[in-house]
Amino acid sequence: MENRVVITGIGIYSCIGENLTEVLDSLKNGKCGIIYDAIRNDFGYRSSLTGFVKDPDLKPFLSRRERMGMHQPAMFAYMSTKEALENSNLDIDFLDKNETGIIFGNDSTAGAVIETIDKVREKKDTTLIGSGDIFQNMNCTVNMNLSTIYKLKGINITLSAACASGSHSIGMGYLLIKQGLQERVICGGAQEINIFAMGSFDGLGAFSIKQDKPHNASRPFDRDRDGLVPSGGAATVIIESLESALKRNAPIYGEIVGYGFSSNGDHISNPNFDGQYRSLNMSLKHAGVSPSEIDYINAHATSTIVGDKTEAQVIAEVFGSKIPVSSTKSMTGHECWMAGASEIVYSLLMMNNDFIAPNINFENPDEDSQKINVVPEYREKKIDCFLSNSFGFGGTNSSLIIKKYNP
Amino acid sequence: MDRLEIITITKKFLSEEFEVDINSIMDHENLRETLDLDSLDYVDLVVLIEENLGFKPTADDFKTVETFDDFYNLVEQKLMNV
Repeated sequence: MENRVVITGIGIYSCIGENLTEVLDSLKNGKCGIIYDAIRNDFGYRSSLTGFVKDPDLKPFLSRRERMGMHQPAMFAYMSTKEALENSNLDIDFLDKNETGIIFGNDSTAGAVIETIDKVREKKDTTLIGSGDIFQNMNCTVNMNLSTIYKLKGINITLSAACASGSHSIGMGYLLIKQGLQERVICGGAQEINIFAMGSFDGLGAFSIKQDKPHNASRPFDRDRDGLVPSGGAATVIIESLESALKRNAPIYGEIVGYGFSSNGDHISNPNFDGQYRSLNMSLKHAGVSPSEIDYINAHATSTIVGDKTEAQVIAEVFGSKIPVSSTKSMTGHECWMAGASEIVYSLLMMNNDFIAPNINFENPDEDSQKINVVPEYREKKIDCFLSNSFGFGGTNSSLIIKKYNP
Repeated sequence: MDRLEIITITKKFLSEEFEVDINSIMDHENLRETLDLDSLDYVDLVVLIEENLGFKPTADDFKTVETFDDFYNLVEQKLMNV
């Protein structure tokens, strides 16, 4: 028998808020977390726009040894996971005694690696690097750190799938619980924001250069969009079998009912209608819901010309023109490896508080976005079922469908 | 650098890095136990000594070090040979 899979904890550390309370306020009020970072200009970036999150001070929470192996991805992920565990009523003692896994999305540790290599270049001696760098440098840094701190005993793997990493992490955790292989998995996504992380992406000319008005730069689906804005932080989504959640009287934020995925098998960076279409339809089929049952779509739309155009075409084809759509990236920028998880957190906050967060800066549709129902302003709306899309470089696609929990 | 300077500098960087009360670093106390060092911490100790005292100890050097007093002796001996 397959398990029902519910979400029992959520946490967020993002440029629109460092916790759920702040983020809920930002989502309701269309607050944008994007800034102009002059350091990027000096460094040679084409665009100096970025979502901004500060490095958290972890000294009050963690020992020196626990902090040594952490650079931005792990630091941000610790903050979001701490919040998620607290609202899920889970503590280290429970996790030590009850098998819990972790599948976290992450796809770079550029800042940590470059700082390490700079030390060796200066000292010309690897024994003067210190003990923490190796654990900061590896892409599984979030998993290594969190599984050690929280004494996790279940599945322990990092998921790298470009900008769909966070979404696939939830999808894969969902499949393990559904099959009865795990009772509980900490899923999520982390994204570093230092200047070393995004230089090569900026070099593709994919970032917005509307630098005079940072809050207007990220404008998914708008006719005058000119590129994405990189961003970062971390989001955590704790998922659990319904049986386990009920047994420990955990809060239930929603139920995962569908996961679809696909690979384009095509261009390394260009989006692909067929790949997205297959991912969406797989999630609907898997969930056993019709397109008309979806109350809200949290789009992947990053504010690039081609990406938003393709997604609008796919949404129009599968869902028609009525279902409300918004891209929270209009406020957050593109949180990349973290986005698939953070957008589940944003959408859960909407579902549990009966509103749709605005797709800010959507002023004029183009020929494709006029065929879908993009929501430009805060809207009160009862949401029983939503879909969240995530698409990444290399043509990796992920779609998750989540329902309000109904016993 | 005389012994008093060595002690002053050492107490400062060890207490700051390993987050222990500077007053817990007493001459006859055990260095590993006081600082709660594991094998990874010794890697960092080498980096700290190089940065703060100007020489790089070997693993063999630590074989003679049990107390802080032993450590100061090691530093004095190393600095004499620099």
